[in-house]
Amino acid sequence: MKTRDADRLALILLLTPFVMWIGLLIVLPHAGVVLLSLREKVAPRMFEYGLGNYIAFLKEPIYLNTLMRTAVMSLLVTALALLVAFPVAFYIAKVARARSRAALLLLCLVPLWVSDLVRAFGWIVLLRETGIVSSALQALGLAAGPVELLYNDATVVVGLVYTVVLFMIVPLVSTLDGMDDSLIEAGFNLGGSRLTVLRRIVVPYAMPGIVSGSIIVFMLTAGSYLTPVLLGGKTSMWFTEQIYDQFITRFNWESGAAFGVSLLVFTSLVVWIGLRLTGQQLATTVARR
Amino acid sequence: MNAAEPRSALLRACYGGYVVLFFVYLVAPLAAACVFAFHDSEFAALPWRGFTLDWFFGAAEPRLGMFHDRRLLVGLANSLVVGLVVATAATAIGTTNAFLFERKDFPGKRVLFVLMVIPLVIPGVILGISILVFASSIANTLEERLDLELTFLRPGLVLVVLGQLSFLTTITTLVIAARLRKLDGALEEAALNLGAGRARVLATVTLPFLRPALVAGFLVAFLVSFENFNTTLMLVGSDAPLTITMYDRMVKGGSTPVLNAVSLFLILGSGLLALISILIQREPTRPAAATPEA
Repeated sequence: MKTRDADRLALILLLTPFVMWIGLLIVLPHAGVVLLSLREKVAPRMFEYGLGNYIAFLKEPIYLNTLMRTAVMSLLVTALALLVAFPVAFYIAKVARARSRAALLLLCLVPLWVSDLVRAFGWIVLLRETGIVSSALQALGLAAGPVELLYNDATVVVGLVYTVVLFMIVPLVSTLDGMDDSLIEAGFNLGGSRLTVLRRIVVPYAMPGIVSGSIIVFMLTAGSYLTPVLLGGKTSMWFTEQIYDQFITRFNWESGAAFGVSLLVFTSLVVWIGLRLTGQQLATTVARR
Repeated sequence: MNAAEPRSALLRACYGGYVVLFFVYLVAPLAAACVFAFHDSEFAALPWRGFTLDWFFGAAEPRLGMFHDRRLLVGLANSLVVGLVVATAATAIGTTNAFLFERKDFPGKRVLFVLMVIPLVIPGVILGISILVFASSIANTLEERLDLELTFLRPGLVLVVLGQLSFLTTITTLVIAARLRKLDGALEEAALNLGAGRARVLATVTLPFLRPALVAGFLVAFLVSFENFNTTLMLVGSDAPLTITMYDRMVKGGSTPVLNAVSLFLILGSGLLALISILIQREPTRPAAATPEA
């Protein structure tokens, strides 16, 4: 009996920090945001509960358009990141020889940890009117005067793909790494073309990695702030910017909270649909590493 | 012969070329940011005017280097303090979480595990506003009811620490739990059979085995904290960490290459820490050739 009591005590001791952390820093604060988003100001210092903030959000086309724009561009960035990353991941996991494989993976892992701020700054130095690319184009005679390459959607997309692509490569490499080469050989021996082997063997095998990479990349993109603001300037129209604006600039916390909940619900919905379509589960994909 | 490799030489060359191109894309912006740290001019732009170390060691305006720029140094100190506190707390809670999920069985474990993973998929801005709203509502209630003014619940470094801790604990938990899963229970059993108490087994068998994961978890948490922007932006008060200070200068524009110098410093620092954390997590006991890549 003594060991059972000791086990119970150990369980309680281990549960305490977990519950404090998840309760005080995640569950209660998010419940607080939901509650705040339902609060409407009816008179100075007088509040009522209702859906007014959400209705105001839906009625204002700028806000709704910004959310839609953020969602569409995030999906585009996710798809592009997958497209760019898959061949590189396949190369690292399957084509490269053992020694260069470790070096290439390291080359991917180290910039992964460089701050988004520094990466966005690097793009600014490259692409601004007085930047390196603009100067190079002029020197080569391809442009008559300075070219401003910042502040347009294409640049924002390129910059976003850049900030998130490594989060796609790492899970892809780790799933493809577990794949036996003989599976590919068997596919060829059975008469499959390169495309068939890729479509019927490699991609299905890599699916958990594709899903976990896509979820992380989509959430990072939809929640990003620095890259759209710095590379897109005033034209960026990113939803996190609206949340910041409501909270910090206008000090309208009720409406900002409603924006935050909308973003969270919307992104969760996209992730949930993605998980359902591919038959994966959140805990097993994201926590796989 | 490698079955995965394209057979025709042309396709092989194209594939290799694509991979090279990708790494150029990966490195180009970082290289661009770094090169101008040594530019002998007030502008981080071509044409190249020569080499200087002024942007690191310059002592006076207009050539104020990063090691003499008070605001940047204060930001750096704030970031270091926040990073150390957050990493310590996240590693501690991550360790207990790892034991909770790897060693204990209890009703509702699956639900709690999902709850543990969720902070990773919540956008940082939303983590920030939720902590801001929660802390402010507590502070407001205390002020109205008890006339108690708790300044640490207002935007500032304490809230920055709490905001970053909210999602970094998930990362440390995953890193440490992965290592704990690999520990052969027979080792601890043997120590218990040989008469060691539970505390002794923990100190002499379990924790030494976990050490690489503890160090790696700490380093990763420190790095992510140091570089965090989104959550920090919503919670920052008058004393800003380095990323916020840098961002303020970037949006204002017209900044000198001192920002490039800071960027170089950050790239080297984070690259070094990342390298250490990766090398630590490798299995040291097995020969390198037999080690499967991460």
